Amino acid sequence: MAELLFWPALLAYGEAAFAYFREARAPGRPGRLATWGVRIGWLAQTALLIAQASRANGFPWSTWAGSLNLFVWLVVTTYLIWGCRARYRLLGLVVTPLVAALFVVARLGGGTQLGTRSHYSSVFLVLHVGLVLTAFAGFTLAAALAAVYLFQERRLKRHDAGILRLPAPALETLDGLGGRTIAISLPALTLGMIVGIVRLEEKGGGLDALMAVTLATWLAYGSYLALRYAYGWQGRRTAYLALAAFALVIVVRLALPATHFA
Amino acid sequence: MRLFLVGISHRHAPVEVRERVVLDAKQSTALARELAEGGGECVCLSTCNRTELYIVGDDAEGRALEALRSLGGEEVAALSYRLADQAAALHLFRVAAGLDSLVPGEGEILGQVRAAYEAGAPGSLLNRLFHDALHAGKKARAQTTIAESPASVSSAGAALAQQVFGDLSGRRVLIVGAGKVGELVARGLAARGAEFVAVANRTDERGRELASRIGATAVPIERLADELVSADVAVACTSAPGFLIGPDDVRERKGRPLFLIDLAVPRDIDPAVNEIDGCYLYDIDDLEAVVEATLSGRRREAERAEAIVAGEAERFRAWQASLEVVPTIASLRARAEAIRSAELSKAKLSDRERAAVESITSQIVNKLLHLPTVRMKEAAAASDAVLYADAVRHLFGLEDER
Repeated sequence: MAELLFWPALLAYGEAAFAYFREARAPGRPGRLATWGVRIGWLAQTALLIAQASRANGFPWSTWAGSLNLFVWLVVTTYLIWGCRARYRLLGLVVTPLVAALFVVARLGGGTQLGTRSHYSSVFLVLHVGLVLTAFAGFTLAAALAAVYLFQERRLKRHDAGILRLPAPALETLDGLGGRTIAISLPALTLGMIVGIVRLEEKGGGLDALMAVTLATWLAYGSYLALRYAYGWQGRRTAYLALAAFALVIVVRLALPATHFA
Repeated sequence: MRLFLVGISHRHAPVEVRERVVLDAKQSTALARELAEGGGECVCLSTCNRTELYIVGDDAEGRALEALRSLGGEEVAALSYRLADQAAALHLFRVAAGLDSLVPGEGEILGQVRAAYEAGAPGSLLNRLFHDALHAGKKARAQTTIAESPASVSSAGAALAQQVFGDLSGRRVLIVGAGKVGELVARGLAARGAEFVAVANRTDERGRELASRIGATAVPIERLADELVSADVAVACTSAPGFLIGPDDVRERKGRPLFLIDLAVPRDIDPAVNEIDGCYLYDIDDLEAVVEATLSGRRREAERAEAIVAGEAERFRAWQASLEVVPTIASLRARAEAIRSAELSKAKLSDRERAAVESITSQIVNKLLHLPTVRMKEAAAASDAVLYADAVRHLFGLEDER
């Protein structure tokens, strides 16, 4: 029965995505409905994750689809920290459709089922998956912030007359927040990779394609931070860089799961 | 008790007529007290767009009109509008919400309504009316975005700068030219926390004059490019025939954004500056387009605000209508109490027994009259007050107590 919690969560995320779309056209009530959609969806998904954790034998999100389910929850959790404020509703327009789509993919892959059996039972592996997914959730938010930055920047450059109708964070706020999100997420990815490498050393095994792309992702975000804080890059260039690095995250999350989870 | 409104506003009367009846706070108070003499109520709302007298009393409308006539002559009386009861209440609610203003949702009117109320001579009806009107005004602004967008070029410039920087506290503003318009926009930025750093003007004297007035440094126009290096916002409004700022003047910014406002015609800043990474240039047409777009947004929001105000006006109507049955309810209760007391006085009872019977009979009377009281108030809200009140008076023989 608890599996059915997927549906209210998906419905709420879907409602939020639709309401954010409406909000972009006519700000006001749709934004508030969207905020409540995200909150209710998060509560339903949290209940689903708790049910999965209580029924699982071992780490319940060890499969690719299961980890995607957890990843969606982490993205929404990070978004909820500040995203529900009126000025950040534009960010919701980017985040909620993505979240709803990934949640459906997780469901189709069996990641929302209860009573899964897992070979991920060691603390090392739980830490590895938890840290890497947390970092990816942060990178997702950073990419959404970069997308909103570029959207708003373009509107300002093109003198869009309606720019003040939809409240949005200032460019400097978006830029700074994106930088800080990556600065927090990269250490989590670093730790997650270290834990993974330690486990690899213990159990044996070679470098797979997913590990290689994850390493490239680490290098991309490391370059981002170096260019930003050591060389003073900011604004449009860092936004493009954050999106380029996020493309690697997408590859890691969606394109190469079989090489690692099998 | 009837409510009347007699007034004159920008909708019907030109400024040369309106200015004859403008009242300051003292005059408003004096007129309100004069018109409220003899147990009446009156509040005078006088702003640059309107002078309105809200007055309570059966023959109050004529006195209010006469007061306006004596202030501004026959022309004022001819251009005035007169509303009564619900129409008057709805009008005040719309005024408080800024829906009757030139710029829908403008915020100043709410404070003016409050000031007029505090300076007036209200009684029970006007107290409730103005309290509800202030509530409706706040609610319309809170539940819609009618008051959030800028309504002038200067406020649009400041709001756009906030789109780039967020908080403007400590942001450095460079003013190019010493004209009034540029100063107005710069002051709009300063009101949001920005600080003036320099005034660059072709005439040293006028530049120094403006700089000393706003606490900035006057610099010669030749040093414009140097001053731009440290500025976050530049406001240009000179009568120079060509560009004063070109792409080559914007340098050494290291990724820091620069927001430029060009209010001059012909323009002071080369549009090519907008192509530089991190530079955002808005000229007068761009700003006016933003104001127009936000005003159309305000007008759309005004439709939602109208619905909120109409709901609040309906609540006030229901309350005012319930006043019509209050005397009947009071008479009915008095009659019941008189009968109860009279019958009780005939009984020979000890003190203890009397107290017990007193309590029981009071409860019986209250329970019997509760439902008719509620029904009469409901009927009053549904405009059947007179019918029900007359029926109750007839059935219970209350005619003599009318």
